[in-house]
Amino acid sequence: MSDIQRVPWWRDRRVVPWLVQGAVGVAILVVIALLLGNLVRNLTAAGLLLTWRWLGQPASFDVAESLIPFDASMPYWRVLVVGLVNSLRAIVVGLVGATVLGTAVGMAAFSGNGLLRRLARVYVEVIRNIPLLLQLLFWYFVVFLALPNSTAALQWPGVVLSKSGLYLAWFADGFQWQGPTLVNDVWRAPLRLSVEFSALITGLITYTGAFVAEVVRGGIAAVPRGQWEAATSLGLHWSATMRTVVLPQALRVIVPGLNSQYISLAKNSALAVAVGYADLYSVSETTLNQTGRALEVFLLLLGAYLLIDLVISVLMNGVNQLVQIRER
Amino acid sequence: MTTSSSPPLLPPRPAPPSARRSWRGALRQELFATPLDGVISVLLLAALLAAGVGFWHWAFRQAQWAVIQANTTLFAVGRYPLLQQWRLWLLVTLAGATIGASWGLLRSHPRADRSGTLWPINDLVAIAVLAFVAAWLPVALKLPVPLQLRWWAITALLLVLRGVSGQWGQLVPRRLLRFLPLLWPALYLFGMVLIAGGLGVPRVPPSEWGGLLLTLLMASFAILLSFPIGIVVALGRRSTLPLLRWSSVLYIEFIRGAPLITLLFLGQNILGYMLPGGWAPDRVWRAAWVLTFFCGAYLAEAVRAGLAAVPVGQLEAARSLGLSVPQALRHVVLPQALRIALPATVGQFISLLQDTTLLSLIGLLDLLGTARTVMANPEFLGKNAEVYLTLAVLFWCCCAALGLGSRALERRLDPSHSPT
Repeated sequence: MSDIQRVPWWRDRRVVPWLVQGAVGVAILVVIALLLGNLVRNLTAAGLLLTWRWLGQPASFDVAESLIPFDASMPYWRVLVVGLVNSLRAIVVGLVGATVLGTAVGMAAFSGNGLLRRLARVYVEVIRNIPLLLQLLFWYFVVFLALPNSTAALQWPGVVLSKSGLYLAWFADGFQWQGPTLVNDVWRAPLRLSVEFSALITGLITYTGAFVAEVVRGGIAAVPRGQWEAATSLGLHWSATMRTVVLPQALRVIVPGLNSQYISLAKNSALAVAVGYADLYSVSETTLNQTGRALEVFLLLLGAYLLIDLVISVLMNGVNQLVQIRER
Repeated sequence: MTTSSSPPLLPPRPAPPSARRSWRGALRQELFATPLDGVISVLLLAALLAAGVGFWHWAFRQAQWAVIQANTTLFAVGRYPLLQQWRLWLLVTLAGATIGASWGLLRSHPRADRSGTLWPINDLVAIAVLAFVAAWLPVALKLPVPLQLRWWAITALLLVLRGVSGQWGQLVPRRLLRFLPLLWPALYLFGMVLIAGGLGVPRVPPSEWGGLLLTLLMASFAILLSFPIGIVVALGRRSTLPLLRWSSVLYIEFIRGAPLITLLFLGQNILGYMLPGGWAPDRVWRAAWVLTFFCGAYLAEAVRAGLAAVPVGQLEAARSLGLSVPQALRHVVLPQALRIALPATVGQFISLLQDTTLLSLIGLLDLLGTARTVMANPEFLGKNAEVYLTLAVLFWCCCAALGLGSRALERRLDPSHSPT
């Protein structure tokens, strides 16, 4: 056995991986131990050690808009729920709007009309190269806050737009279609959206719409040309070709791409704080300022957004399975 | 209902080179191919015309651009001390000289610059645009005459150096040319010293940096440092060692699951508790590190996709030639993976540049933060549209330029174009 050259242990392929893992593991553990140790020591010194008891104390600040009943005497957990519901409202409306707009623009990129095609391109290029925060501030301060006040409001059938909000016709008491009406110089309507909410969803929809449009365009471009030609030779016109032949096949490519756009929309909705909409992040920030509970607030925020991401991913995976080709 | 009018059925396909049509035919084909198209085109044209006229009227009649003109210094460098601003001028001059010299040298060595033959006229276009912008912008911004002259001088220096090194650059031996890329990191480090102080130059604390200066610094810092992080984490995620893989996955998913603003929140409010006393960096640097680790996680995903696209055979072939795993990664796998990941990487850098605007939400005076302080000034109250529009144009130009550069680099790195 002595004539076989022994591999030294530091080059032995059975040992080296364990050494590397051990070194990395120790390094990670040391860093985490240091960070957590400091955190515990400093928080103890500041009297802020992890506790959830403050969640039951009265929040003593009010929220501008809420879908569930809320006033300042209610506890902190309630205000956080209000924020979460507000966030979810913006996310859901944003998702639907961005999908509709993005699909329309993505399809316009294949229109026979040169002007429409180029406009779709310009829209995508302009929107994608400007920061979302800047766009949100623009929509809020330049567009929505510059609207005329109630008496001079912009009016269309079923829609009234003024400085105090967006008023929409909707079903009111007993499924009766009811439009906005002016009572004593104040608009009343079954559905009122605040300017903050309107600015937020306008910004989110136009921004995410551009990214969705790129995903849709990519999906349509991935459908072989022969499919268009076959549909054409069968006598289908443009919209029938798109609807019955191209889009069903494109969806297989589009849906996974949409998933990541939806998640980034959900995360971007936290920018609502910039336009004064009381979303989860915005109320969390106020909560932090009042209680000083930085760690707990951060953990709640992190958990909430991870949960939202997870829900979107699970739903989109379900959709993805629906649109895949079922082979016989 | 209108099925009888058959709209064009196929997605547009570039016309074959032989089929040259008159511009009238082209116009007709593009805009008025069918009655429906005609109606759409007319409506769109009318809307565009109305929007254009409205914007023209606003921009040249109603808008008061004084808010920009009176605050150019603030937008550019924030509250950087006036007496120390010569350092920034020196930096801009050096950057201009380096750009001019690198540009010219690349063009004078066509073999070093594989893209040179691809776009010969782009140089002229670039020079024309640069000269126009540099001549017009200082005047439009109503800068004081000495500052206008400085900008013109810097632009002239850039163009002259480009011309000189383009003309006589071939006299520079190729041995020396290999060191050209080193000029940039050197300039960056020197620039950091100039901006922050040290080495005998008076210090300027980060709290006094602001405006475009802070935005560019934060973005470049995060981009440069996140790149190695991204590569290491991507390799870790594809590693066969479970501990490496799981810690990489944990890091990536933690960062990608949370909105950037909550991570900045972590950096501002909790990081200070996690570091030993006195170790916690300044607020600006805390945000810079958060941006770096944030961008690193996304880059890791981009690089991972690139790694996944390189066939396993490449690594196996390199290993069977006797290369060690690090050597095989460094010389065979990573060059291919990074080239594939280039578009996604630059896309990430573009979004990072845009994400620096979030610094204004945590109270830092980046470009947007400075703009908001300007608009809060009673003298300029209500000038939101002018300021936001200017910022939008600025960001658009930066991001579009990065995108253009990415596409040029992609072409240059494309092996099918390489001469060898």
